[in-house]
Amino acid sequence: MKERLEAIKKTALEKIEQADAMDSLNDIRVSVLGKKGELTQVLKGMKNVAKEERPVIGQMVNETRAIIENALEQEMTILKKKLREEKMKKEVIDVTLPGKTHEKGHRHPNQIALEDLERVFIGMGYEVVEGPEIEYDKYNFELLNIPENHPAKDEQDTFYINKEILLRTQTSPVQARIMETGQMPIRMIAPGRVFRSDEVDATHSPSFHQVEGLVVDKGITFADLKGTLEQFAKEFFGPETKVKFRPHHFPFTEPSAEVDVTCFKCGGKGCRMCGGSGWIEILGCGMVHPHVLEMCGIDPEVYSGFAFGIGLERVALLKYEIDDMRLLYENDKRFLSQF
Amino acid sequence: MDTPISWIKAYVPDLDCSVQEYADKMTLSGSNMESVTVLDKNLEKIVVGKILKIEKHPDADKLIICQVDIGTETIQIVTGAPNVSEGDMVPVVLDGGRVAGGHDGGKNPENGIKIKKGKLRGVVSNGMMCSIEELGSTRDMYPEAPEYGIYIFQKDVKPGDDAVEVLGLHDAVVEFEITSNRVDCFSMVGMAREAAATFRKDFYPPVVTKTGNDEDVNDYIKVTVEDEDLCPRYTARVVKNIKLAPSPEWMQRRLAAVGIRPINNLVDITNYVMEEYGQPMHAYDLDTIANNEIIVRRAKKGDKFVTLDGEERTMDDSVLMICDGEKEIGIAGIMGGENSMVTDDIQTLLFEAATFDGTNIRLSSKKVGLRTDASGKFEKGLDPENAMAAMDRACQLIEELGAGEVVGGAVDVYPNPKEQVRLPLEVDKMNALLGTNVSKEEILEYFDRLDLEYDEETNEMIIPSFRQDLGCMADLAEEVARFFGYDNIPVTLPRGESTAGKKPFKIRVEDVCRDVAEQNGFCGGMTYSFESPKVFDKLLLSEDAKERQAIEISNPLGEDFSIMRTISLNGMLTSLATNLAHRNTNVRLYEFGNIYIPKSLPLTELPEERMQMTLGLYGDCDFFTLKGVLEDMMSALGLGGKSEYAPTTEHPFLHPGRQANVTLDGEKAAYIGQIHPEVMDNYNMKGEVYVAVIDMPVLVPKATFDRKYEGVAKFPAMKRDLSMVMKKEIFVGQIEKIFKEKGGKLMESFELFDVYEGNQIEKGYKSVAYSLTFRAKDRTLEEAEVNKIVEKILDELKNLGIELRA
Repeated sequence: MKERLEAIKKTALEKIEQADAMDSLNDIRVSVLGKKGELTQVLKGMKNVAKEERPVIGQMVNETRAIIENALEQEMTILKKKLREEKMKKEVIDVTLPGKTHEKGHRHPNQIALEDLERVFIGMGYEVVEGPEIEYDKYNFELLNIPENHPAKDEQDTFYINKEILLRTQTSPVQARIMETGQMPIRMIAPGRVFRSDEVDATHSPSFHQVEGLVVDKGITFADLKGTLEQFAKEFFGPETKVKFRPHHFPFTEPSAEVDVTCFKCGGKGCRMCGGSGWIEILGCGMVHPHVLEMCGIDPEVYSGFAFGIGLERVALLKYEIDDMRLLYENDKRFLSQF
Repeated sequence: MDTPISWIKAYVPDLDCSVQEYADKMTLSGSNMESVTVLDKNLEKIVVGKILKIEKHPDADKLIICQVDIGTETIQIVTGAPNVSEGDMVPVVLDGGRVAGGHDGGKNPENGIKIKKGKLRGVVSNGMMCSIEELGSTRDMYPEAPEYGIYIFQKDVKPGDDAVEVLGLHDAVVEFEITSNRVDCFSMVGMAREAAATFRKDFYPPVVTKTGNDEDVNDYIKVTVEDEDLCPRYTARVVKNIKLAPSPEWMQRRLAAVGIRPINNLVDITNYVMEEYGQPMHAYDLDTIANNEIIVRRAKKGDKFVTLDGEERTMDDSVLMICDGEKEIGIAGIMGGENSMVTDDIQTLLFEAATFDGTNIRLSSKKVGLRTDASGKFEKGLDPENAMAAMDRACQLIEELGAGEVVGGAVDVYPNPKEQVRLPLEVDKMNALLGTNVSKEEILEYFDRLDLEYDEETNEMIIPSFRQDLGCMADLAEEVARFFGYDNIPVTLPRGESTAGKKPFKIRVEDVCRDVAEQNGFCGGMTYSFESPKVFDKLLLSEDAKERQAIEISNPLGEDFSIMRTISLNGMLTSLATNLAHRNTNVRLYEFGNIYIPKSLPLTELPEERMQMTLGLYGDCDFFTLKGVLEDMMSALGLGGKSEYAPTTEHPFLHPGRQANVTLDGEKAAYIGQIHPEVMDNYNMKGEVYVAVIDMPVLVPKATFDRKYEGVAKFPAMKRDLSMVMKKEIFVGQIEKIFKEKGGKLMESFELFDVYEGNQIEKGYKSVAYSLTFRAKDRTLEEAEVNKIVEKILDELKNLGIELRA
């Protein structure tokens, strides 16, 4: 009996070692351990064994079974791993093949610039407001200290519908409308379309966009205006950006300034984009003229404020290095899909 | 405003900065530098040479060999110039030097032209004699220069002198942008005052002394101003025994530097004073003036007048004229008349220095179609006090230059002298506005440099008349800021009550629409708000279509931009056509823009501005591609499944069988369709274009970003597939309506999976197949319940003549 078990074990282990496929391992399992397998046969032959030897033989059979099962298990693990590796070898791909995408749309560069700008000011507690594009002369000019017969009102600059109604030439009328509501404090930006009687060329368009900003509260100073616009410039153009305030004149602010930032292409060293000066003019601003406050029903002895106006196209053209303004209105896919 | 630094230094002698520093600091104090022209750019190693001897070139007829004394030595120069003689003093550029340009007067190269010694036809030449063009200038500026040939010095110079210095070219002209409020800065004296204040140097304006003989000007001329409103001040003086001659070199050089061609002493003096004081003057030949009388009055409508440029011009009754006892002799502030102009045989001169209403001059200049240097200055609204100062300055120059004999006294019609402006000195308020802490002493120092006088008794600043821009505390605060330095003002952020930054709901909705469009391949575009009235015909709109009620611009850029759009499609179609013409494939565009709907025409109140989202596409797409985008958008706005599509034919620009109105709660929110083939032709497009226009004012109030979690289904669903046969004309929308109505709470969803026409289906019929899903939230559904619902649906479908497919 013993010898027979040894023989079964030996042959089984040899076969297992030689097996190179899962199927042959299964065959071995069936032929040795299965219902009609050799070991089962041995167990069936137990009735011929002396009663006292039965436990011993039984144990031997179990041990043999365990050894064979173990060997089978091990071999299977090895074989599985081998097969998996072979399969993966066949599955090698060319990872440098192009990725799969579907065609997506793009925001208009002007809109991207606007949203960037809005994000900065919303973060500083500004509310975005809108006003009409067809506007009364009163809001576009009169309340902004631009009286009758002022050169800015000339027909060569302004599109008129009639004597009282025109296409707004700036987003500043929104200032007057908001101030008139009398709700303090005011922190707003007003983006929108404006119109001027300019023929279309690479740097002019009869229709473009501005973003107006207005803060009115007690104790607002020119220093606050500087701080606000400096923070805006750093967030919008990058933390290294420097800001320069130059005195200027606008009818509805006093004192007034134009603001330059260090050229975002050369960083201020001077290049073709900034005309060698290292600076790029981006906006006009100033302290709201006391007369404007007064006309809008705000007491200039109690409140003060600042305002600024940014030409959106100008900023977008500079930021994205677009050399012709007409591209913004042509809507050629080859242009639009670059943003 | 062009300012030669040398001219500014005439009033601010201690100004000793570099050109760059001058431009930079002036910019920071409010005069923005626009350009710098360096007059001695690329002029190197150029000296005065004296031609000692001229010989013929042995091998060239047109060349001569000159021996030239350059102070330190005598050098040989070969030249082809025809105009030099022995003894002439000429500018000579030495070996290794540089000149600005060629003698042909073409555009000067950026780095000039380097001059090296060499041989000309075998003869050594050690330098070059220069024409005025080679020195970077022109005969306009140096009238004594020959038309062709070498510049020959006509004044006392000696060999070896710096020729550039002698010509006055060691100078730079800085061009400043002057803001419209600073009328005083359109003059050299004004700019010099700014420069002196900016650099804290002393300012020496011209000292004008008394002029005139002991005669009385009133014996020569009488002045009446009839229209005082348009002529606040008129001054006149007379000069007799005129001696015309070239003006002195210093005056010629200064005029040349600002681009004014020197002519003769009289013309040059008027131009010089206009530049120096910013006050235009006019000179009349007194002998041409009838009755020795000047009358200032408005023209009569239709008056014809010949200006001194020989053109006949037609006036209207708002144009102010200068007249004599019989006739009109000049358009006030714009241009004099041919009939009174100064000629070479002038004996007696009438000088006019007046101020006119700026607005009137601006409008008149437009009406007459003539804009001159003088009108450009007058239209800014000049200071009347300056008129007499300029007049006296001009007469002083007449005497100094010996150009004539000034008659004593002046005519001065100035009925309402300008009142002195005084402003309280509010140091604390100014500091509060600026966020600074500048001391009173410092402020007074700035103001003193600007010729603002302090009245200690009343604590007021006395504003000089030329500072017409100073009228309130904020104006004075700007002066403090300019000279304290915008740079030095601290940087702070507004304090006080904090506010929440936000966007209005409308813009949030627009942003979501943009996102959905872009996810679906649409690019954001932008088109004009105004367009041509021809658009309506292009879009096949009927004669009485409401869209034709458009607002017209009274002064458009042309017919193509003359009406405010009432429909947003034209911009989109034009853009798609552009893309098609550029052979771009699969183009999808969207645009946000207003249309302008007048409440009545002509406009008496502001129109309604309705934001439209317009989508347009061509290429790999059909109607349902675009409809899918709209459905995506609706679900992103919390309106999923709420929009209904009703077939229509109301939009003439759309294919009559492929258009629909989209309604939300019964309200029209959009339309969608394929562009009509005829409209395609009108825009030169081929193929199929689909568009959708969303009326945002309807959509926005219905949109919502509120979402509630509805749980994930816990119980199994039960599915039923219905395959139906029906007449072709029936829309699946009608079937879906029945599903929605009869499906009840248990119907979770339905999905169209097949539409078929053709073999096996009777002609004029189609087969439509839906998969319906039923589910209960709280239990597993019984077969019988679902059967009951399906039966109800089928009954309803039968009413439409729809049968289950056999």
